[in-house]
Order: sequence, then C-alpha cells, then structure tokens
Amino acid sequence: MSGEVAILGVGMHPWGKWGRNFVEYGVHAARAALADSGVRWQDVQFISGAATMRCGYPGYVAGATFAQALGWQGAQVNTSYAACASGSQALAAARSKILSGECEVALVIGSDTTPKGFLAPAKGYRPDDPDWVRFYMGITNPTYFALYARRRMDLYGATEQDFAAIKVKSAEHGSANPNARYRKKFTMEEVLGSNMVADPLRLFEVCATSDGAAAIVISSLEYARKIGRAKAVRVAAISTVTPRFASSEVEMPDIATDSAAVVEGHSFRASIARKAYEEAGLGPEDVSAAEVYDLASPMELDWCEYLGLCKPGEAEALLRSGATRIGGRIPVNPSGGLACFGEAVPAQALAQVCELTWQLRGEAGPRQVQGAKVGITANQGLFGHASSVIVKR
Amino acid sequence: MTEAKRVPAIEGWYTMDQAQPHLLGSRCTSCGTYFFPKQKQFCRNPACEGTAFDDVPLSRTGRIWSYTNASYQPPEPYVSPDPFVPFAIAAVELEKERMIVLGQVVSGTGVEKLRVGMPMELVLETLHKEGETDKVIWKWKPLAGARS
Ligand SMILES: [Zn+2]
Repeated sequence: MSGEVAILGVGMHPWGKWGRNFVEYGVHAARAALADSGVRWQDVQFISGAATMRCGYPGYVAGATFAQALGWQGAQVNTSYAACASGSQALAAARSKILSGECEVALVIGSDTTPKGFLAPAKGYRPDDPDWVRFYMGITNPTYFALYARRRMDLYGATEQDFAAIKVKSAEHGSANPNARYRKKFTMEEVLGSNMVADPLRLFEVCATSDGAAAIVISSLEYARKIGRAKAVRVAAISTVTPRFASSEVEMPDIATDSAAVVEGHSFRASIARKAYEEAGLGPEDVSAAEVYDLASPMELDWCEYLGLCKPGEAEALLRSGATRIGGRIPVNPSGGLACFGEAVPAQALAQVCELTWQLRGEAGPRQVQGAKVGITANQGLFGHASSVIVKR
Repeated sequence: MTEAKRVPAIEGWYTMDQAQPHLLGSRCTSCGTYFFPKQKQFCRNPACEGTAFDDVPLSRTGRIWSYTNASYQPPEPYVSPDPFVPFAIAAVELEKERMIVLGQVVSGTGVEKLRVGMPMELVLETLHKEGETDKVIWKWKPLAGARS
C-alpha cells in the first residue's frame, strides 16, 4: 500500500530510575536506532521529538534539543505533545513528511526522566480545573483503573486471580527483556499479597513511573529499497483519532462523562483500533502480537476487547486459555508492558513499536513470538489522544 | 452548643438542600444536551452551535456503573481526617441525563455493600472541616428500600 513507510532502525535506552537528564537517554536511544538502521545521522532529513513536560524548556522543544545534542546538521524539526500518545504523534508527523515526499528518512525520539519526589497538583483553591476537583474529592489515578476492573468483576465474572495472573504473565514476559526496568518474576501469592490500593487493584498491579527512551528511524519504501532494506518491517497504520461526542467512557481526570441524552454515546477506546485496522486494510484476525496500555494489569482485558482480539466480556476466557501469553495464539505485551517498564510518557508509545519491530524481525530472543507478521499497539493520552500503530512485514 | 456552619466545598455545583440535594448542571437551549460540571459558553455537541444554557438540577438518583475505594490517603488538595479513614467511590449513571457522575460514597458504606446496577441517591456529607466550618460535598448513598 502507498501509505506505508519502512522502519529501518529501532533503539532504546533501558528503563529505570537513573536520575539523569532526559537528553542523555534520548541520544542513547537515537544512536542505537541509527546504528540499527545503517543510516548516518548526517543523512537524516527530519527529526521528530516527543515532548516532555517535566524537564523545562528543553523538554518542550524536544525535537530541537535532540538535534542539537546529536549535532546540528540542518534537518527539519518537529515536536509533538499528546500526553501518553506523544510518541505516536511524533511518529505520525515523520510519516506524513515522508509520504508527502518532503523527505525520505526521519528520526523519531521520545525520552523522559522522572521528577524528584511526588508530583502534586498545583496548590490553591481551583474549582474550575477538573483535575483539581477530583483530587480534592480524593479521586486519584488508580480510582479510574479500579472502576473498570470492578465493572468486569460484576459484569463478566473477572476475579482477583485473573488480574494477578496478568501481572504474573507480564513479569514473566518482561523477565527476558534487557530494556525492562523490572525483570523480577512474580508469583500469584506475591501479587495477591500486595496491599490493596483501590479495590480490587493491588499495589503490584499498578505501574510505576520510569526514566527511559525509545527511538525509531523510518524512511520511504523507495529509500529502503535503495539501501538494500526492501524487506524492512513497515508501519501500516497510525491512528491518532479524538473521541466522538458523546464520549461514554469514564476518563481521567473527568468527574462526569458526556451526556448521551441527545446524541448517542460512543466508545472512544474502541474507535482507536478501528481506525488503525481500516487504514492498514487488516483486521484483528491478522494480528500476531499486541502491545497495550497496561497502566494497571486489569486494563489489559479491556484492551483485548477494544482491539477486537475477542468479543466484549470474553477477555477473561482469552486470558485463562493461555492465548495471550508468549506461545499462545495472540500474545499480549510480550515486552512485559508498562508492568515491567513503568511509564516514561513521551517514550512509551515508541517503545511499543520498537518491541513489535523486534518481534516481526524475529530478533526478540527468549520472548520471541514465533512467526509474528502483524503487530498492533494501543495507547491513550489524557484529554482525548488516541494512539494505535500497526506494523507488518 | 452551636451547630457547625455548613458551606459547600465547591460553590455552585449542587444545591445545599439537606433532604433532597441535586447536582447543578446546565442544558443547552438549542439541542437539549446536559452538562456537568456546567457548560456556560459553547455547546460541545458537534452538530450544535448553541451558546445559551439553562441551569438545571440533575436527577438525584441513578444506578452504579462501577465502584472502588481509596485504601490509602490521597495527596493534597484532599484534606484528610487524622487518622485517614478509607472511603468508597462510586460512578453512578443518571438515567434521564445518560451521564455517569463520580463521587464518594457516604461514610460507613464500603465496597462490600455495593454492586454494579445498584440504585443510589445523592446526599450531602462533610468532605472535610475547616476550623468550625463543615465543607460539604455530594456523595452517593444506596437508595433506601430499593432492591439491590
Ligand atoms: Zn447544543
């Protein structure tokens, strides 16, 4: 298809809590991706950075910050911000530049460093800010994850054991990933023995915040052919859709959903992958592996359904059948997911694409999904940012 | 002994009628869509360019969409009693407005007493004290006499 671009190289800086500058991780990941691609930095025509809001001005202009760090060479530049979906938007910007014929080869980078101490909401009495209101009422981030988990328990018979089993599975997958921050394997007893945070969510089922970086070199198919990489893994689709009114999902940080009294309600999360599948001309039945947004372990079940890997209400059965583990029919989060990485906001959507690229090349080592041909990612940025990327070979 | 002064924790979001409190939303005069918190400037229905809104009290009963609790003390600006007391949280779907509204569940009602689909009603309860003043917020309470 004419809308495709080639992934020439991928690279990461290992996730962790290193306490260093985000530029350092970004450059490390960029150099790794460039080395993997065989493209010289001087030949990159477009650099696309995913912004971080935690590192001052250099973070707001991340694209230029990385370009300067790698050495100014005159490339065109872009910086994208879309919360947790920033990486996909930076990738989409680079793809558009290539597909429009404005450039042939581009470098995409996302990197973050965790703030020191607790990141509290701004002080004062600010009732016009929904984020302030919900914290004032004691509604924290895990509240939202827990609401979805509890609903599955009451509607579909999900159990605490199911949620713990997802964490155990992710940890098992991630234990074989050199870029993962947490490589310890967990037992059901350990997960179920961890403290309740927001019933039914337990501490070991909620992801952490990490330092980390990921980078990707993409090019036109023509350029890939020219340098002998005609068989490179391709980006087949990028979905960056916004919700449709009335959005019927309870979304952080909102205190209420849209009203569907006049206009019919829509599921934003289900619409994310629909757009990606349409664009790629593929369907859930074609998917070999998925990387999904597991801020909390139970959310993997919801994403299996939003991605169409099973019907609504059937994700528990899919999990229990073993289909979603490596070696199963449709492995989910072979990288270990956010459970093993933790969130590094501008990098995580790109890290998912890195993982699927390794999987499709057959370079994932002990966590290899055999014969992987098509991979899909799902991610969501606060305030209406979707992110789903389909890669294929 | 004087009674503690009761004031809304968030001004203008609900009536202070102790017996039958309502959340206060707004309704687009062009298309009829409800908003909570109040929308005052432009309608968010993409097919509507309405800019005029009526203030409306929202239904004070609905059914549980889901629920959870806060097992740990939330960070500021939440004001915690000392020691912290865990509380349940419910997301309740209002039938007429077809809108889900989050809120704490009344003190003394834990998650073990809640179920998806359970009828709930809106009540007022103290969110925290400020000196001698009770800062009051809306909370969800299992509807008395209703089947759960
Ligand atoms: Zn309207």
